[in-house]
Amino acid sequence: MASHLPPGSSAQSHQLETAGTVSDTHYAGPKGLMRWLLTTNHKEIGTLYLLFSLSMFFIGGLFAMVVRAELFQPGLQLIQPEFFNQMTTMHGLIMVFGAVMPAFVGLANWMIPLQIGAPDMALPRLNNFSFWLLPVAFTMLLATLFMPGGAPNFGWTFYAPLSTTYAPPSTTFFIFSLHMAGISSILGAINIIATILNLRTPGMRMMDMPLFVWTWLITAFLLIAVMPVLAGVITMMLLDIHFGTSFFNAAGGGDPVLFQHLFWFFGHPEVYIMILPAFGIVSVILPTFARKPLFGYASMVYATAAIAILSFLVWAHHMFVVGLPLAAELFFMYSTMLISVPTGVKVFNWITTLFRGSLTFEPPMLFALAFVVLFTIGGFSGLMLAISPADFQYHDTYFVVAHFHYVLVPGAVFAIMAAVYYWLPKWTGHYPHLRLSQWHFWLSVIGVNLTFFPMHFAGLAGMPRRIPDYALQFADFNMVTSIGGFLFGLSQLLFVLVVVLCIRGGNKAPAKAWEGAEDLEWTVASPAPLHTFETPPDFTPHRH
Amino acid sequence: MSSQFLDDRRRAVNRTVARTLVVLAAMCLFSVALVPLYDVFCEVTGLNGKTSSQAQSLSAESADQSRLVTMQFITRASKGLPWSLSAETRQLRLHPGQSAEVHFTFRNLGDRAYVARAVPSVSPSEASLHLRKLACFCFENQRLAAGERFEAPLVFQLTRDLPEDVKTVTLVYTLYEQRVSLSRSRASQQPGGET
Repeated sequence: MASHLPPGSSAQSHQLETAGTVSDTHYAGPKGLMRWLLTTNHKEIGTLYLLFSLSMFFIGGLFAMVVRAELFQPGLQLIQPEFFNQMTTMHGLIMVFGAVMPAFVGLANWMIPLQIGAPDMALPRLNNFSFWLLPVAFTMLLATLFMPGGAPNFGWTFYAPLSTTYAPPSTTFFIFSLHMAGISSILGAINIIATILNLRTPGMRMMDMPLFVWTWLITAFLLIAVMPVLAGVITMMLLDIHFGTSFFNAAGGGDPVLFQHLFWFFGHPEVYIMILPAFGIVSVILPTFARKPLFGYASMVYATAAIAILSFLVWAHHMFVVGLPLAAELFFMYSTMLISVPTGVKVFNWITTLFRGSLTFEPPMLFALAFVVLFTIGGFSGLMLAISPADFQYHDTYFVVAHFHYVLVPGAVFAIMAAVYYWLPKWTGHYPHLRLSQWHFWLSVIGVNLTFFPMHFAGLAGMPRRIPDYALQFADFNMVTSIGGFLFGLSQLLFVLVVVLCIRGGNKAPAKAWEGAEDLEWTVASPAPLHTFETPPDFTPHRH
Repeated sequence: MSSQFLDDRRRAVNRTVARTLVVLAAMCLFSVALVPLYDVFCEVTGLNGKTSSQAQSLSAESADQSRLVTMQFITRASKGLPWSLSAETRQLRLHPGQSAEVHFTFRNLGDRAYVARAVPSVSPSEASLHLRKLACFCFENQRLAAGERFEAPLVFQLTRDLPEDVKTVTLVYTLYEQRVSLSRSRASQQPGGET
C-alpha cells in the first residue's frame, strides 16, 4: 500500500510545511448544523459545494438509470412515455446545473485561494449565500416530480413552445429554480474574479498563476456574460406563460426560433463553462505526474481565451436545421471548426508535456490521461457535427447524445474525479485507497465507453434521441449501452466508498502529497488547516 | 501584515466587484435588447419568413416572362382549434412581377364560436421580402360561429427581384385561436380585432 507514496517526500514536506503560514485552528463559531449554514470559510463552502454536487450526480444518475432500463429493449416495459420525457429532461438539468457546475465551483472555492496564496475568497459572505441558493433551487426543481402534470418534460434545452404553450404547470417552478441557480452562478463568478484579480500573493503575476486558476478566471467571465441571457430567456418564457406576451408564440406574432437563438447564445458558452475548468485541472495534473513543467504555458492561456471568445460566435450550429440561410450555415460551420484550432493546441501541449516525462500512474493521472484520450474522441465527433450538410443527417439522433456525453462524462466528470483524487490528500490528510481507486477508474472507463460508444452507431443508423421506444434494428446497440450504463452507475458507488474511507483514514499524506506537485497548495499542511495564508506566502516563479 | 495592505486589498476588491456589476448590468440590458434586435434583423433580411402584416401596394412592373416560379400553399389548424382552412388551389405557377388571386375557405367545425387568425410563414425565408400581399385575410382575426363558413381572397405579387435560385415559394398558414379576443368578444359580441 505504501508503494504509491512519493519516495523521500516526508523529509521535504516538513521543511515545506513552514513555508506557508499555518494558523491555529481553534474554532469558536457555532457548532453542528449552524456551523455549516453560517460558514464563510472557503474550504468549508468548497466542501459543501462538492457534497451537494455529488448528491446531485447520484440523483441525476438515477434518472439516467431509469432511462437506460426503459431502453434496455424495444417496446415500452417499465415507464410511460410521459414519464420517460420527464426523466431525460431532469437528468440533463440536474447533471448540467446541479452536478457539473457546482462541482467546479466547489473545486474553485477550495483550491483557488490555496493556489494563489490568499487567506480566503474575496467575498466570503456572498460565497455562503451563493452556495445556499443551490439546495433551495434544486429542492424546488425536484419537487416538480410530485406535482400534478409531472416534472418538466421538454428536454434540458426547453425549446418553446414545448416549454410554454404545451408545458406542464410545474414549468413555473422550473423557471424559478433556474433563476436561483443562475444567481448562484453569477455571484460565485463575481467572487472568483474578485479573488483572482486582487488576492494573489505579492510577486505572483497573472502569467504565474496555475492553469486551474487561469481557466476559472476565463470561465467566470463567461458566466457573467451569458447567465443574464439565460435569465432573460426564462423570464420571457414566464411572461409568455402567465402574462399573455408572445415572445415565442407564433399565434401572437412571436417567433419560436428566437427562443433557440437566445437559448444557444447562452448555451454554447455554457458548454465551455463546463469544460474550461476541466482543461485547467488536467493542465495541473499532467505536469505533476510527468514530473515536467507544462509544455506551452502561455499558449494554454491564450488558447483558453480564444475558445472562450469563439464560443460567442458559434451558437447557431445547434440550429442548422431550422432553416438558416446558406450564408449563416457556412459562417457557423467555419467558426465552429475554427474552435478545433485552440483545442488542438491544448491537446498538443498535453501530449508534449507527457513526452519523455517520468510518468507514474497514480489515480489522478489515470483519470487525467483518460480525459485527454476520451475528450478528444468527443471533440472529433463534434467536428463531424459541425459539418452543416452532415448535421442534417445527425441532428437529434443518438450521435449527438454520444458526442456530448463523451465531452461531459469522460470529459468534465473525469476531470472532476481526477481533481478529487489529486486534492483528497490535501483535503483529508490521507491518500485515497489505491486498489479501490484503480478499480473505480477501470470500471468507469469500461463503463463509459460501453455506454456511449455504441450510441455513435445507433445515431448514424438514424435512431432519434428522446424517444422511449425504438425500431428493432437498434436493439443490440441499446442493450450494450444499457449494460454499460448500469456498470458505470454502479462503479460510482466505489467512488463514494473511496471518498468516505479517505475521510476516515488511510495512509498519511505529507504537505507535498505528490512528488512532482509544485503549486502553493502543497506548501501548507495536509489536511489543510481551516485558515491558511493569513499572511501572504513568499512566492518565486518556478517554471513556465 | 500591515493594515495598509489589507485596506488596499479591500479597495481593489470593491473596485473589481463594481466593474463586474457594470458588465453584468450591461449583459442584462443586452439580453433584453436581443429581442428587438432580432425583430429588426429579421425585418431587414426576411430571415424568419414573416410577411408584412399590412396590405402593400402593387409594385408596377412587367412580368418576367423568362422564368416561372411555383407558388405552394399549405394550410393547417393548430391543436385544439376545430377549424379547417383550405385553398382553392394547392399550387400555381406564375412569372415574377405577376399578381394572382387565390381564395381560401375557413370552416368552423366546432360547436361554438371561435376567434382565430391565420398566421403566415414563407419558405425559403429569403423569398418573404419579395412576396407582396395586396389583400389578405391574415391581417385580421376571424370570428366564426359554430358551423359557419367564410371565404376570403389572398391577392399577392412576387416581385421581379426574387433571387434566381428560388424556384418554389411555399406559403404556410397556421390557424391559431386568439383566446384574449374571444373572452372579450363573448361579452360584447364584438371580435376584438387588435393586431
